[in-house]
Amino acid sequence: MDLIKTSYYIRGLIIKMLASAGSGHTGGSLGLADVFTSLYFNTINHNPDNPGDPLRDRVILSAGHVAPVLYATLSAAGYFDVSELFTLRKFGSRLQGHPARDKRLPGIETSSGSLGQGLSIAVGMALAARLNNQNFRIYSIHGDGELQEGQIWEAAMSAAHYKLSAITAIVDCNGLQIDGPVDRVMNLSPLRDKWASFGWNVLECDGHNHNEIQACFKLASQNTEAPSVVLAHTKMGKGVYTIENDNRWHGKAPNPEEATEFLCQLNESLKIELSKNQEKS
Amino acid sequence: MIYRNKGSRSTRAGFGEGLLESGILSGEVVALGADITASTGVNLFATQYPGRFFSLGIAEQNGAGVAAGLALGGKIPVFTTYAVFSAMRTLDQIRVSVCYNNLHVVIGGAHAGISVGPDGATHQALEDIAVMRSLPGMSVFSPCDATQARILTRMAILDCSGPVYIRFGREAVPDFTGEELETVPGKAQILRPGNHLTLISTGHMVWEALGAAAILARSGINARVINIHTIKPIDRMAIIEAAQETGFLATIEEHQVEGGLGSAVAEIVVSEVPVRMEMIGIPGCFGESGQPAELLGKFGLTSTQLAVRIERAFRDRENQP
Ligand SMILES: [Mg+2]
Repeated sequence: MDLIKTSYYIRGLIIKMLASAGSGHTGGSLGLADVFTSLYFNTINHNPDNPGDPLRDRVILSAGHVAPVLYATLSAAGYFDVSELFTLRKFGSRLQGHPARDKRLPGIETSSGSLGQGLSIAVGMALAARLNNQNFRIYSIHGDGELQEGQIWEAAMSAAHYKLSAITAIVDCNGLQIDGPVDRVMNLSPLRDKWASFGWNVLECDGHNHNEIQACFKLASQNTEAPSVVLAHTKMGKGVYTIENDNRWHGKAPNPEEATEFLCQLNESLKIELSKNQEKS
Repeated sequence: MIYRNKGSRSTRAGFGEGLLESGILSGEVVALGADITASTGVNLFATQYPGRFFSLGIAEQNGAGVAAGLALGGKIPVFTTYAVFSAMRTLDQIRVSVCYNNLHVVIGGAHAGISVGPDGATHQALEDIAVMRSLPGMSVFSPCDATQARILTRMAILDCSGPVYIRFGREAVPDFTGEELETVPGKAQILRPGNHLTLISTGHMVWEALGAAAILARSGINARVINIHTIKPIDRMAIIEAAQETGFLATIEEHQVEGGLGSAVAEIVVSEVPVRMEMIGIPGCFGESGQPAELLGKFGLTSTQLAVRIERAFRDRENQP
């Protein structure tokens, strides 16, 4: 219940910050709001007051273009003041268009934005943690289109080779990328089989169902033999129903009028989600 | 001081020893290999410290990223393969994962230069200095012999911060500097005094430059010889002084003229002390197969050829009104 509200609060922040920025990636950011909410508000071991805690779980946003969902989640979790979200993409901001570690925004583990690099960093972090006898978990978050990068599969090989079970990769399976459907731009299927054949523990969930998402994270953390990947099936633009599954909203920000409309739609979607949830319980 | 060859050894051997010594001195040092650990010299470390060596296979882009992750995890990673791969196939990974994060990752570039020989153009790194020195925050080292390679490798790993690229070659070359010559990152070494002109060189070409200076001396030309073992950050004062005091510079490198040591020197000279420069290196083309000596000869990089070319350029300048 609270997680649903939190995820919609984060979606609202995403719309507002993108409207203020005037550019940025709306669709994927909205689509990942539930995954991020489950991750930061129910799963990872972290302390926003001590973001440098050596034993914290690491979250690597490999798909750097959906930075708004990371920034909004971090501010909602208390890493920095929500008002700073409105500096997104502006000159002098710690909230760069893509995450930038050198700006020292609390909670940013690594710079990203050139697709395909985060999983390799996760592998390096996991190897270092093993040498240091630390047992935190490492989550790396990827777009489905991003998996077209060859480096992802090099990294996948190495994570399985070294049995890096501390790694949970999350793939935002919305089936879309800028140019259109992933299977038309460059087909990835059978995606489950690909990861499995690379030696990974493959888990799948509805990326908008917190119970399913968390069940996957739990199963991943219980596996001690292999790295895990969670194929989270999401809708690009989730919650703003007029732009759901519309790849034109991959890299576009709402103008002020659209933002007002989108926020209304988010309110309606939240009510529907809450009532659905009430019926179930 | 006259430098003598104390016995030829490869700079890659020096790198391997420097890596091993660093591993002995610090438990945080880890090494990454991309299948060719025997020819890069990494095997010394890998044999001694198998728990701190990670074989990553023929997957260099991942290797560079894993190195970044290890650095974020508090380790000092050394990622080494042939320079064509470690510096260029991985350029975007080094730019974003390593440099943009400003991580202390040491990248070893083996088999650099034309003197790689028979393997041919694909394996002769002639653009790595240009590419690596253009990256924000990257230091670029290019030791002149095995002893200096060992010392600089140790310093790159244990004393430096941020990303460091260190370039070394395949062939055994004269080992002449010795432990008594102080090597400090960022500090050029004047190996031979001189006031008529200055030969500025790096890597294997430093020995050839010394030979060229000896030949020029017989023609009455007193050549200063400077070893630039740190191409970035470069020793600006040594270059400015050479330009002021000798008025003519020749740069010599086993690298493309465009973007390499010569360009780095010229960037300082044009803004501080404009003087005539002769920039000697590979003139914008690919290498080819052949014995190292044949290839050095083709590109005019032997001491005799260097002396002839530099004397002609120097006399032309003197004859100009
Ligand atoms: Mg997608």
